[in-house]
Formats: sequence, C-alpha cells, structure tokens
Amino acid sequence: MRELLLIAVGAALVNNVVLSQFLGLCPFLGVSKNTKTAAGMGAAVVFVITIASLITGVLYEFVLVPLQLTFLQTIVFILVIAALVQFVEMVLKKISPALYQALGVYLPLITTNCAVLGVALLNVQNEYSVVQGVVNGLGTALGFLIAIVIMAGIRERIEHNDIPTAFRGTPIVLITAGLMAIAFFGFSGML
Amino acid sequence: MNRYVERIYNGIVKENPTFVLMLGMCPTLAVTTSAVNGVGMGLTTTAVLVCSNFVISLFRKVIPDRVRIPAYIVIVASLVTMVQLLLQGYLPDLYETLGLYIPLIVVNCIILGRAESYASKHGPILSALDGVGMGLGFTVGLTSIGIVRELLGSGKILGMTVLPDAVEPISIFVLAPGAFFVLAGLTALQNHFKAPSATNKAEGKKSGCSGQCISCQNALCREDKREGDK
Repeated sequence: MRELLLIAVGAALVNNVVLSQFLGLCPFLGVSKNTKTAAGMGAAVVFVITIASLITGVLYEFVLVPLQLTFLQTIVFILVIAALVQFVEMVLKKISPALYQALGVYLPLITTNCAVLGVALLNVQNEYSVVQGVVNGLGTALGFLIAIVIMAGIRERIEHNDIPTAFRGTPIVLITAGLMAIAFFGFSGML
Repeated sequence: MNRYVERIYNGIVKENPTFVLMLGMCPTLAVTTSAVNGVGMGLTTTAVLVCSNFVISLFRKVIPDRVRIPAYIVIVASLVTMVQLLLQGYLPDLYETLGLYIPLIVVNCIILGRAESYASKHGPILSALDGVGMGLGFTVGLTSIGIVRELLGSGKILGMTVLPDAVEPISIFVLAPGAFFVLAGLTALQNHFKAPSATNKAEGKKSGCSGQCISCQNALCREDKREGDK
C-alpha cells in the first residue's frame, strides 16, 4: 500500500508529467486559457490515462510477454489508445450524456496526447505490475490536472496585465510554465 | 529554383518546424539539454520522417480516406520501432539518453502533420525530400536550442568548456525550467522582430496541418479552430 502511494505521489508531484517530463505540452499550452475548460481537459485526461494504463498493462503482461512480441509494444499501445478513445467516447455518449457533454470535446484531442502513450511505455520500462501501472497512470494524470488548472488560473490573472509587447501570447505562457517548473522542484525532496 | 531543392529549402528555412510552425514541442523541450542530444533526436526524427513520407506517399492511392489517420499511425509506429531497434543495437549511448522520447516520435505532430498535409497529396520522391527538409529543419532547431542551453547551463559547447571558470554557469538552464525560458526568449525575439512564426497571428494560419486538429497537436492551430467554432 505504502509503495503504491509513493508511486502515485511521485508521478503526480515529484516527476510532474508536464513540468519535468515535457509530456502533453500541447494541450497544456493550448487549452489553458480559462480554468473551466482546463479542468474539463484535465478530467478527460485522468479518465483516459487511467483506463489506458489498465488496458495496456493487461495486454502487455498477458498477451505480448507470453507471445514474446514485446518489441511490438509501441504499435500495439498506440492503436489500443486510439481505439480506446473512440470507444470511450461512444460509451459515454450512450451511458452518461451529461459526462459526455462535459468531456466530449476533449476526448478526440487526447488520442495523440503523448502523455497517454508515454505513461503506457513508462509502466513497461519501470517493470510495473498492472496495479502499480494503473496507480502510476492515475498519479501522472492527476499531476497533469493540477498543472493545467494552476496554469489556467495564472493565465486568467495575467491576461490584463501590462506585458511587454514581444512577450505577449506564447512567450509569457512559457515563462509562466518555467516558473511553475521551478516551484515543482520543491517537491523533489519529498520522497 | 528547382522544385526538389525548393522542398529542402522550405523545410529548413521557410517552414522550419521548430521556429516557424512550432510543431513537436515535447521533444524540443525535453531532449535539448545539450547540442549533441539535439542532433541525435533531430536525425532520428529525420530518418523516421523521410521513410514515413515516402511510404505514405506510395500508399496514398490505396489507403481509404476514412481510415487514413489510423493507417498513417500504423506505418509511423512500425518505422519508429525499426529505428528504435537499430539505435539500441548500434548507438546504445544515444538510445539511453533519448530513452522514452524515441517511441514517442510516433505521436510527434510533425510526422503526422507532414503525412496529412504533404505526403498524402504528392509523389514519393518529392515527399521524401519534403521529409529531408523538414527533418533537417527540426534538427537545426533542436541543435540551436541545445547549444544555447548547454552554453548557459554548463558553460560548454558540444562538450568542450568555453566559458572561463570565473563565470558560474546557470545550471537551471539544463534543468526542466530552462527549456521553457529558452523557448520563451526565442519566441519573444521572433515576435519582436516580426519574424514569421506561428506565434505571430498573421502568419499563424500556415501551421501546415490543414485543419486536421485531431491528428495534430499544434496548440496554436487548435486555438484558431476553437475560436472559429465559437
């Protein structure tokens, strides 16, 4: 139990997926204009990454390893993730239209979010069991959620500030991200 | 200018994926801790890009329109796996340093972006050259960011110490936050000099992804689309 908790905290705060591993930067920079959409995107990512790490973990351990096809992991994982996102979208539409309304727009965008594939591959690389992999996925995704919501909050606050012309738009967002990354360094002594 | 040479010029200068299109930001920030890493990642991506453009262009009349994105992903993923195994076998050092970012070339938006906007519409030779140009442009981008970070962060260029001992290197630049700061400074300079870049709105529409925002993760392009939707 303690080990699982360590994995989750490590993935969420210490090795934050966006700020220290640079995965999922595009949605982080692109969909962080206001807190509401940022939270929606974050929730969708939590949902997809957790399910994706479960399915890729099971597939790897019970199909690829016994058949000695581990070299096919990249191809298998990306296809599974792409299919999974489509599937989740259809299921949500049918079962919970309210949740679909909230997350729907963001789901297709997640297919090529490198964080999803990144987590699946990291789980294999670190030789996590299925349960550890799911916990790692959940932690990573929560880290993404935390980072993108904080980022959106900051962007809302600095929107009307007097920023030098050259730094308006992307540059100031990148600087904000850099400062956040420094702040997240503070967690590195935790484990 | 010969249209073959034009493709290469286009990739390196006119539509440089790092500086002008701002595609593939994840590897750009993650592996540029030194110039050598930048070159390695750039050339690895180039190899995949040239092959994927060539193969996709060969199959462009066979792949049905509705399943083209999954088909492209399968082709790219196979090529990436091959490159990964080759690197593991022949360049184990580079393989160790780049680590996770090699399989992640699959979801690099430059590759799917070029497949979608160029290779699916043009012949194999032109597409392969487009891949060479774009790949070299990406390499140039990564290498120059790598040089800046290596110089500021450890006082070295290509592993050779150039700054005198009296100058303390700013080690934050080789760590994660430094990547954001260097890129921020770069885009700010581009904005200041009004150089064509995806961050300058007027030129921003040319993001090379032809509105295929699902297959491409270019943040700016998606923002344009979202604003259009409202």
